[in-house]
Amino acid sequence: MAAETTAGKTERINLLKVLGPVHVWALGVGIVLVGEYMGWNFSVQKGGAYGSLIACLFIGLLYTCVAMIDSEVTSTVAAAGGQYAQAKHIVGPLMAFNVGLYLVLAYTMLEAADALVVGDLMATVAGQTGHDGLDPRPFVVFTVAILAWLNYRGVFMTLTVNFVITAIAFFALVVLLIGVKPWNPGEILMHSELLTDLPYGWIGVVAALQFGMWYYLGIEGTCQAAEEVRSAGRSIPLGTMSGMITLLIAAIITWYMAVGLMPWEYLGQTFLPMYDAAVLTDNTFLIVVLFIGTIFSAIASANGCINDASRAWFSMGRDRYLPIWFAAVHPRYRTPYRAILFLVPVAIAFGFTGLLDQVITFSILSGLLGYTFMSLNMMAFRRKWPLGSIKRGYIHPFHPLPALSLLVLCAATYFATFLGYGASLLAIMAFFIVASVWFHFHRYKFVRRADQFTMPWPKPKGY
Amino acid sequence: MENFWDILTWGAWIGAAALLLWMILDAIRVNREYSEELLISSREGADELLEADKKGGK
Repeated sequence: MAAETTAGKTERINLLKVLGPVHVWALGVGIVLVGEYMGWNFSVQKGGAYGSLIACLFIGLLYTCVAMIDSEVTSTVAAAGGQYAQAKHIVGPLMAFNVGLYLVLAYTMLEAADALVVGDLMATVAGQTGHDGLDPRPFVVFTVAILAWLNYRGVFMTLTVNFVITAIAFFALVVLLIGVKPWNPGEILMHSELLTDLPYGWIGVVAALQFGMWYYLGIEGTCQAAEEVRSAGRSIPLGTMSGMITLLIAAIITWYMAVGLMPWEYLGQTFLPMYDAAVLTDNTFLIVVLFIGTIFSAIASANGCINDASRAWFSMGRDRYLPIWFAAVHPRYRTPYRAILFLVPVAIAFGFTGLLDQVITFSILSGLLGYTFMSLNMMAFRRKWPLGSIKRGYIHPFHPLPALSLLVLCAATYFATFLGYGASLLAIMAFFIVASVWFHFHRYKFVRRADQFTMPWPKPKGY
Repeated sequence: MENFWDILTWGAWIGAAALLLWMILDAIRVNREYSEELLISSREGADELLEADKKGGK
């Protein structure tokens, strides 16, 4: 039996510490890269090609702040659950409960959306080969099932697979870049003919911000691996920051290729912009490579989402914010197997709705709420535990500028979301208010209040 | 080609069912073989930073 004896007294089974910076990179970039293959292009519909580029850079700044803040806090709070565990230690239980829910909903819905993409791609290919009307549901279920199985069997193999398929998906974009010959403008890329002024002015650029998040949404998921990396203080900052650099590069080359190949009116509407870009080159090799890249990016994203959602659910169970039954660790595979299993039907149910845009909007809004928390959390963290009071694996520069920038950027993105999805924004706010009331009046009485604070930190400054 | 997609569709259903069944059966087996106390005995992560703090390091 793979149980671990702690201090020679109590036999415990903990999650396995086997991951390195490469796995952290694979987790973060793996979740996000699908956003380069689809979704980001709706920002072109809102703000035109240049509006999308401004959104890409503006939101890139937001996520760079997220990555820096996350790296510092996670290098200190080395616990599964990521931002949930951070909120618990730094802000308090009600915030932690809400952040935990943001995480589980954001990742489970994104997983469902990824599985839907795989199903839709299979149906598209079937249609192109003369088999119209293929039911995508078996492929949605199979995608969720095989990735859940992989996650169930162990985190090392799960994230090693994610590394391989994410790297292939990234290099597929690089292959396309080489294929469109950027050194010879006018042969394939037609930037001078296709680029226009801002079609809807600056309000269009603001509206594009919401979809600009697709370029990077999910990079903060790296910190869910904190309890399973061999050296959280080193691996999490290294994996997260290198992941963010990878995504900035991928975002820029994606935008550059797509806007040089198709007019913004078409680019803003298509569901598979990079696959379409390959089709426009009329090169069979590039079409096959981009089809593989699209499928792999969706699978890598779903795989990372299962990993992250299950860790957040598991951590909440371990602290009794949810029934402790969910806090079980598999004695052989050392994974949170009950949390993984429980979330399978939830993801399939979201997938079966077929409402890709609604599922994704709910996922993005949950993520945005999480980023708002992170800026407030960072300011509280530095105020309560100033530099030098506790050991930090990474210290981000220019504090409080990144936290304040993140807060301002979040406010701008809320406004942009309200312009496009006001009803969804209000609905999700109402949901979290109801959940908070339930937690405060019903669930919190089950929590063992002293047990949840595990970090051997000094008392916070001022307490 | 028609047969190929039909086979693939059934293969996906059967594969998904087999994987889900395997996980459920394994979870039931684990629940029977190990005590609940042991299965939920995990404690929030420890790292070298934590160890350094415990020893009084900063």
